[in-house]
Amino acid sequence: MSDTFKLVVDGKEVEVPREYTLLQACEEAGAEIPRFCFHERLSVAGNCRMCLVQWEGAPKPIASCAQTVGDMRMNPDGSPPNINTKGEYVENARNGVMEFLLINHPLDCPICDQGGECDLQDQAVAYGRSDSRYEMNKRAVEDKNMGPLVKTIMTRCIQCTRCVRFVAEVAGVEEIGMISRGEDAEITTYLEQSLTSELSGNVIDLCPVGALTSKPYAFNARPWELRKTESIDVMDAIGSSIRVDAKGAAVMRIMPRVNEEVNEEWLSDKSRFVWDGLGRQRLDTPYVRENGKLRPADWSEALSVVAEKLKGDASRIAAFAGDLACVEGMKAAKDLMTAVGAKALDCRLSGQQLGVTPSGETLPRESYILNPTLMGVEEADALLIIGANPRVEAAVWNARIRKAWLWNDLQVGLIGEPHDLTYDYTHVASSTSGLKDLGAFGDVLKTANKPMIVVGEKALVGDGGYATLKAAHDLALECGAIVSGDDAWAGFGVLHNAASRVGALDVGFLPGEGAKSASEYLASNCADLDTVILLGVDEVPMSQFGDSFVVYLGSHGDAGASRADVILPTAAYTEKTATYVNTEGRVQMTTAAVQPKGAAKEEWAIFRALSDLVGKTLPYNSADQIRDALREDVPSFAGMNFAPGNAGAEALSAPLPAATESLSDDPVFCPIGDFYLTNPIARASATMAECSLQKQTLEVSAAAE
Amino acid sequence: MLEDKDRIFTNLYGREDWSLEAAKKRGAWHLTRDMLQCGRDWICDQIKASGLRGRGGAGFPTGLKWTFMPKQVGDRPHYLVVNADESEPGTCKDRDIMRHDPHLLIEGCLVASYAMRAHACYIYLRGEYIYERERMEAAVKEAYEAKLIGKDNVHGWDFDVYIHHGAGAYICGEETALLESLEGKKGQPRLKPPFPANAGLYGCPTTVNNVESIAVAPTILRRGAEWFSSFGRDNNKGTKVFCISGHVNKPCNVEEAMSIPMKQLIEEHCGGVRGGWENLKAVIPGGSSVPLLPREICDTVLMDFDALREVRSGLGTAGMIVMDNSTDIVKAIARISYFYKHESCGQCTPCREGTGWMWRVLERMARGEAEHSEIDMLLDVAGQVEGHTICALGDAAAWPVQGLIRHFRHEIEERISNYRIGKPLVQGASVAAE
Amino acid sequence: MAVRRFDLEAGGETFEFASETEGKISFWLAKYPEDRKRSAVIPLLWLAQKDNGGWLSEPAMREVAERLEMPYIRVYEVATFYTMFRLQPVGKFHVQLCGTTPCMLRGANDLKEICQNKIGKAFQVNESGRLSWEEVECLGACVNGAMVQINDYYYEDLTSDTFAEIIDKLENGVAVEPGNFVARERSAPEGDAITLIDSALYDGSVPAGISGLPNAPSELPESDLQPLGAKTAKVKKAKTVKAEKKAADAAVEATAELPEETDDKKRPEVVEAPAKGEADNLETIKGIGPVLVKKLNSLGVFYFEQIAAWGEPEMAWIDEYLSFKGRVARERWIPQAQELAEKKKS
Repeated sequence: MSDTFKLVVDGKEVEVPREYTLLQACEEAGAEIPRFCFHERLSVAGNCRMCLVQWEGAPKPIASCAQTVGDMRMNPDGSPPNINTKGEYVENARNGVMEFLLINHPLDCPICDQGGECDLQDQAVAYGRSDSRYEMNKRAVEDKNMGPLVKTIMTRCIQCTRCVRFVAEVAGVEEIGMISRGEDAEITTYLEQSLTSELSGNVIDLCPVGALTSKPYAFNARPWELRKTESIDVMDAIGSSIRVDAKGAAVMRIMPRVNEEVNEEWLSDKSRFVWDGLGRQRLDTPYVRENGKLRPADWSEALSVVAEKLKGDASRIAAFAGDLACVEGMKAAKDLMTAVGAKALDCRLSGQQLGVTPSGETLPRESYILNPTLMGVEEADALLIIGANPRVEAAVWNARIRKAWLWNDLQVGLIGEPHDLTYDYTHVASSTSGLKDLGAFGDVLKTANKPMIVVGEKALVGDGGYATLKAAHDLALECGAIVSGDDAWAGFGVLHNAASRVGALDVGFLPGEGAKSASEYLASNCADLDTVILLGVDEVPMSQFGDSFVVYLGSHGDAGASRADVILPTAAYTEKTATYVNTEGRVQMTTAAVQPKGAAKEEWAIFRALSDLVGKTLPYNSADQIRDALREDVPSFAGMNFAPGNAGAEALSAPLPAATESLSDDPVFCPIGDFYLTNPIARASATMAECSLQKQTLEVSAAAE
Repeated sequence: MLEDKDRIFTNLYGREDWSLEAAKKRGAWHLTRDMLQCGRDWICDQIKASGLRGRGGAGFPTGLKWTFMPKQVGDRPHYLVVNADESEPGTCKDRDIMRHDPHLLIEGCLVASYAMRAHACYIYLRGEYIYERERMEAAVKEAYEAKLIGKDNVHGWDFDVYIHHGAGAYICGEETALLESLEGKKGQPRLKPPFPANAGLYGCPTTVNNVESIAVAPTILRRGAEWFSSFGRDNNKGTKVFCISGHVNKPCNVEEAMSIPMKQLIEEHCGGVRGGWENLKAVIPGGSSVPLLPREICDTVLMDFDALREVRSGLGTAGMIVMDNSTDIVKAIARISYFYKHESCGQCTPCREGTGWMWRVLERMARGEAEHSEIDMLLDVAGQVEGHTICALGDAAAWPVQGLIRHFRHEIEERISNYRIGKPLVQGASVAAE
Repeated sequence: MAVRRFDLEAGGETFEFASETEGKISFWLAKYPEDRKRSAVIPLLWLAQKDNGGWLSEPAMREVAERLEMPYIRVYEVATFYTMFRLQPVGKFHVQLCGTTPCMLRGANDLKEICQNKIGKAFQVNESGRLSWEEVECLGACVNGAMVQINDYYYEDLTSDTFAEIIDKLENGVAVEPGNFVARERSAPEGDAITLIDSALYDGSVPAGISGLPNAPSELPESDLQPLGAKTAKVKKAKTVKAEKKAADAAVEATAELPEETDDKKRPEVVEAPAKGEADNLETIKGIGPVLVKKLNSLGVFYFEQIAAWGEPEMAWIDEYLSFKGRVARERWIPQAQELAEKKKS
């Protein structure tokens, strides 16, 4: 049997893979098929009946989404089946379905948030009647609570069950269902409990009508008023593709863009709903601490204060990069530090042993990126996660792991404290010393064709950190996870949880010769330092900066800003065009959607200005020039939007330098205490605060039971 | 009249004991092992030759259906599922088989399961049949104890029968909805393909048969295919249990030969129509899903698949609902429309929305409170439901409405006209109060 | 069907199955494959409803979900989809009145009026707590309309008078047996029987009259049925030699008495004990395991020569004694023994 199947769609012959649905085949032939329930990434429900087409010879119209092409029969004379997607027969059928959908759908489009981007609206115009023949009362359905993110107006629901299928299949939490039956069928969560998934916001995009809409965005804007900017998310190290919708100076909402290789078309709730944090707690002017109190200052004053400090003893000046720092800012910071002779740079604030060995040997890039790639997990047949909780560290990727587990029989093992990952896994051990003996899961890895070993950042923290990296890599070599050549497979990588990290390591934002690591300085309360420059560092205890003079660059008034002696306000990720490198080593850029808040500036420009003041002018005058310089210095920045992936197999074939420390017996806990509050923007968001509160309440009530 | 000696269900009325010993005396479990020894092909061929067509409503040839199962048992076990979710209004024949002749059914399950290489059979009873379920459980227990079924039974084919039940959903009579329900889900029909013979219960090859289809099989094999096919016209062979309800003098279930004239059936067994044949208004001949027939057609029509199809109705389950001239025919059909609205699973659009629409219009029409133009609109709506749904419930909801308008349009029109006489038209006045 | 919601207030906080229900739960769970226990959701919800006074409370639903390891929402879907699950309290006697067309034609609407007058609104428990009612769709007893189901059983062929009497009795604490309420045998037509009156149907002459299957093939096809008689230690045709051996051993252990000798079955020649020195290692013969050796020894068979000398009757006797058909021939014991005996000599 051949792999393809021929059929004639509207008189045009097409040949498509046998596993295609008729709907896909029709689209291949250029025909447009309306649909509500069908979605490429969900199971087929076939319930809306909008995609009916005519199969010549069949007694009834066919739901094209549910018909697999390979199951179709030839015409009696052996010619390929004829499908009509146009003509009176099909139009009449669609017309009828459309009318049925509308009889109980309210005509409240003028006050519906879906208006302007509503499938039902669009298709009613294209396929519906001009009037309604139904003159009786319409059905009213009670609205349901689904939590702080998803607003429901259930009377609008057309029971397509996309949301039901999404939460069950993709998000992996069976929390939405259709209760009752017939025309009384209702979509609801169990007794209207809130959704707990980190991906719940996606049901808003999936809902083809205005039944599930965004609660925080409610009545904020109309789609046609919005300025749409394609950009990159920085809430985690995945770097999901997003679209930032803005009106005037404000970001009104954030939506996912399709990016097959990164986020498919999903977005985590934090990435989607953090936008209200962009308008709160903003640092919109420089501040200088005077008599123990911060007071607003102008740029020239603030910069000159900092410049004075930079002229001090270079060996007592440090610069640390936080979780949201962009590559341009870090490059400029590094260049300035180098110019003044300071060597104490670091981006590994919690003491992750990444990029260099404890003894100072530089490690290859492949030792700190996710070589097998995010998409690669769909090829893998065994996955060992060491010290990470992808559900909160990389929520979107977790859905992909689940997908591979569900459809490809991926086997998952976990080292670290157990969590509910939405799929079954073997709990190998709680501490990294478990790497010494994987038990039965070791055989799973060894017998797998494409084993994949992923180390979380948390597993690399502290004394045994490098030993863990080394042991994991050795394991990868041992179980055949590294294969170079034609069928290359680089089944070893690190899963980061901060957007800045890989970029920082690429830039080389690491201690120079003679300098200590950030964690060492912090451990001694920065006794060896006079001046510390923080690029958005908020996640370490501020007491650890001791008596040093702290210069804080950042967008939000958070921990770092309150400790700072000088605050230099910077643009947030939606306000600048900046480079980030995701956990796979994929170089991507954000695009400015709105102007920086108040007097905020981009980081690189601040360092460029400082360099002038200290008399060591940096050799670039624009962001483009800095990026040119970057590409020259670091070859990995030459390619945009691609992940090196299996090309890394070559470099990974050699064992890493030996580790001196031993593996730790301490359990590895999830580094993220609260998914919703991981960075200053999220902490400024009222929506995130509400989500966090709700989650705590749920956990408390569950614990009480 | 069918002679007593040619009846399969000789304890249809429960005058005799239902239990094993008595059932054996009536012929059950006789030569069963011989049947199995004759082989699967023989069983299927005999059932094919007998002309038995499925007794659940669709009338698909039973023997042929059995041959659709894979010829080899692979990783997935085969299942027989017996559809005892008897819920079609006007139909109550399987109930009698289960409560009065359960052993014929169990024996049939064994024979059919052997023919399709199944070692397990689930009998899905509607939830309301609690008495019948208790009876079936008791009979199954007897059969196990007598080693007629179970492991190492006297027939040499390991075989388990499990009784399962629903909880009030007509749609579970649809075979894939029944399987969903049996798997512990809502009874929402599945998309086909795949058909159950490929992926049915638990994704395994499965055949779903009606109680009566299975229960007649052993007797057919015992008495010969040609005995069974000696009743009824070509393509409509055998004997059949008819249920006659409504306006007859003596409503009853009765086993008769296929192709018996409707009038004869009613007069001989039911004591005639209430008030005489002339007082007949219409008959729904095959359960509520099929279009009704006015008296002119009932005068001569035969009770079989083809004859009823020729008059644009159907034999369905052979549950006849007889209505005399006192019947408010529009109201009667409106009640059927309410039934379908109530039983729609809500999965697909045309049925979910269309059944309620049709019912509401019909309710108004029953009062006369409608527009003349709505009759055609109703017909159009019925046409939009028919054939556009996942399962046949959409068709079943549309056909009675189409039948009503086909044969009694004048009555609806009259009623609308009469209602309007002397009344100002306030459209939808009573609807608002709903 | 209307919007269905749990009565959360009346349902309270907890639910426990009655201890005698546990057995029933196990009974139901045993019907489905191990990994398919959610199949039992309807039966278990039904049992929960029984234990909860005829209606399903939210804690009861959760209990079922937990027993079957199902997400609440999936059980909630089931509980609201099937209308026999009542989500609000019902009376001690809950009347389900069939209102569909066949019963409607036989007066169901009159019965409905009685319910309204004597009990009240549908789904509302009457003051005494004894009665509640609802209209349901076709109950599948159409030829006995009008009819109702009260709790578990059917009350058929009702008229306004008989039904009103039933309701009154139940309200006053008088039990009423279910069944037909006119002079009639279940679904048979009223009056004198005209069918199924031939007494020959019931005296055993029906099966006696059929001595063999009509149309049976002259030659029976190969069959995968288990042979009869091998009642104990049922053995499937094994695939490997090892399994065959085990099977043979089992068959041996199952034997008891020595079979009779007939013309075509003869007990093999025996020797009293290994005459000179050791017996032959009969296990060398493919198909013979240790248990079989023991058995053969007990029969007085110790040497290859003995087996090599067997003929058809001996083979048949052994076959019967060891209750496996044709094994000696199929596994070529005799040729093997002849070969081994030859070897021994040389």
